[in-house]
Amino acid sequence: MTDLPASPPGRKQLGLVIDLDICVGCHACATACKEWNSGGHMAPLTDFHPYGGDPQGVWFNRIHSFEEGDGEGARTVHFPRSCLHCAEPACVTVCPTGASYKRAEDGIVLVNEAICIGCKLCSWACPYGAREFDADVGVMKKCTLCIDRIYNDNLAVEERLPACVMVCPTHARHFGDLGDPNSAVSEMVARRGGLDLMPELGYRPVNKYLPPRLDRMAPAPGPAEPPAAPDPAEGNRLLRWIDRLLSR
Amino acid sequence: MHPTFSIVFFTTASGAGFALLLLIGVGVPLALLPDDAGFGAAALLVAAVLIAGGLVSSAFHLGRPERAWRAFSQWRSSWLSREGALSVLTFVPAVIFAFGWLAFGATGGFAGLCGFLAAAGAVASVYCTGMIYASLKPIRQWHNPWVVPNYFALGLMSGFLVLDLILRFWVVRPVGIGLLSLAAVLVAWWIKESYWRSIDAGTAASTVASATGLGRRGAVRMLERPHTEENYLLTEMGFRIARKHRRRLRNIARLAAFLVPVVAVLVALVWGGGAGRIAAAVAVLSAALGLVVERWLFFAEARHTVTLYYGADQV
Ligand code: SF4
Ligand code: SF4
Repeated sequence: MTDLPASPPGRKQLGLVIDLDICVGCHACATACKEWNSGGHMAPLTDFHPYGGDPQGVWFNRIHSFEEGDGEGARTVHFPRSCLHCAEPACVTVCPTGASYKRAEDGIVLVNEAICIGCKLCSWACPYGAREFDADVGVMKKCTLCIDRIYNDNLAVEERLPACVMVCPTHARHFGDLGDPNSAVSEMVARRGGLDLMPELGYRPVNKYLPPRLDRMAPAPGPAEPPAAPDPAEGNRLLRWIDRLLSR
Repeated sequence: MHPTFSIVFFTTASGAGFALLLLIGVGVPLALLPDDAGFGAAALLVAAVLIAGGLVSSAFHLGRPERAWRAFSQWRSSWLSREGALSVLTFVPAVIFAFGWLAFGATGGFAGLCGFLAAAGAVASVYCTGMIYASLKPIRQWHNPWVVPNYFALGLMSGFLVLDLILRFWVVRPVGIGLLSLAAVLVAWWIKESYWRSIDAGTAASTVASATGLGRRGAVRMLERPHTEENYLLTEMGFRIARKHRRRLRNIARLAAFLVPVVAVLVALVWGGGAGRIAAAVAVLSAALGLVVERWLFFAEARHTVTLYYGADQV
């Protein structure tokens, strides 16, 4: 059923915390995601013309780059975008077949590919562009939070993490239970002022984004130096020579 | 939003078909329309073809059309599922009504009741169609109070125009239906203009700052897309149409969907017989063209929030 499971406060809500302060935009998470999921739960992640002139394909995670601010106070912010496993996901409730669902036990939003009819309505209902249609298979695809890693007994315990989190070289991505206010990720969100994307739409995303720290801001440009007064030494060769000597 | 032809055709055709079913289902049992079996066969056949044609066309848009039956299951939460289930369910009373009328000449009693039920199903189906769009918060131009009235009014207008044309082969000059058609076109025109005014005046709900959580340092601009090539999100949701074309297409819709039908219906009101039929046919054909343009624009003018991640400042 595409009805949403009841989510009393404290119910497990697995998700990601993404630190926009330290993401360097290397696309490692997107690449690792593509690699793992090409053989994972939602496989394949079809590519069309991968070596041709017009390559296109399905990705669960895409890294955008933005600029924030103007002039010397501005900075570049790299912005990984994937499913936020929302608490109020309209992508699930609009689904006419029951293919889209939100798991009661951990809040992960998934698509059952065996019954999806490929009507694409869920991708219209997601504000964040997290769902991509696979035109080859004819069904919708999306991030699974690496459900086939995080519960995978065949992996070493320290590898039971989403592929994107495992691979991030700067530790900009964290995985945990955001439904538990005392979890490490929840505490990080509280400490750093973690944000919901487009809170005005009311989807209540589980994933949180940590905004770039302000104290690491480049120094604001000081007042411009006053224009130099006309040099009295102008025209005097001896004084010019001394000036050059002294300014070495 | 990308205007897919199968959906444009589906919503315009099924809107007209359901409105026609509504008018016959109410009008014939109440003896407001003739109970001639020939008229019944023609009108019901046209309604069925429009509705069924629309439904079949919408299935072409699916990635897995062979699984379409699954779409009837989630009526508790999904407007699309409700629309699918109701439009198929509506066929049950409609077929009984048609059978009673055409086979036994019965338009009252149980057959009449089925007519009313079919009419109610038709109204409910069109309401669901409107709500599919009106419930989508990421698209401001659809999440708008004029969208559902818009679907009703445009459907009703096309239903009246089609009914007027069919009726003219049995009644020389159907003045009542002609006047109602005129009113339906004028109301639909007013509602469409109100919708256009509303989306032009509305302010953006979401911005690139709210989409990224950035902005404490100042204005936020996109620097680079994730990939150099196109993708599903851009072709499906990033469809854009130039302001110049938008104005021109709105004028074409105004002309073909409303102005020409108004004039043609007036002409048909004055002249009965052959000239009236030609005028009524002109009204139907022009409205059909105009509504396809209008529905195409309904998609093309809609901006999805995902475009905020691809360079739009606000949607
Ligand atoms: S981010 Fe989009 S796809 Fe993911 S749960 Fe939220 S609405 Fe659904
Ligand atoms: S595309 Fe599939 S998962 Fe999405 S709404 Fe349609 S049936 Fe449901």
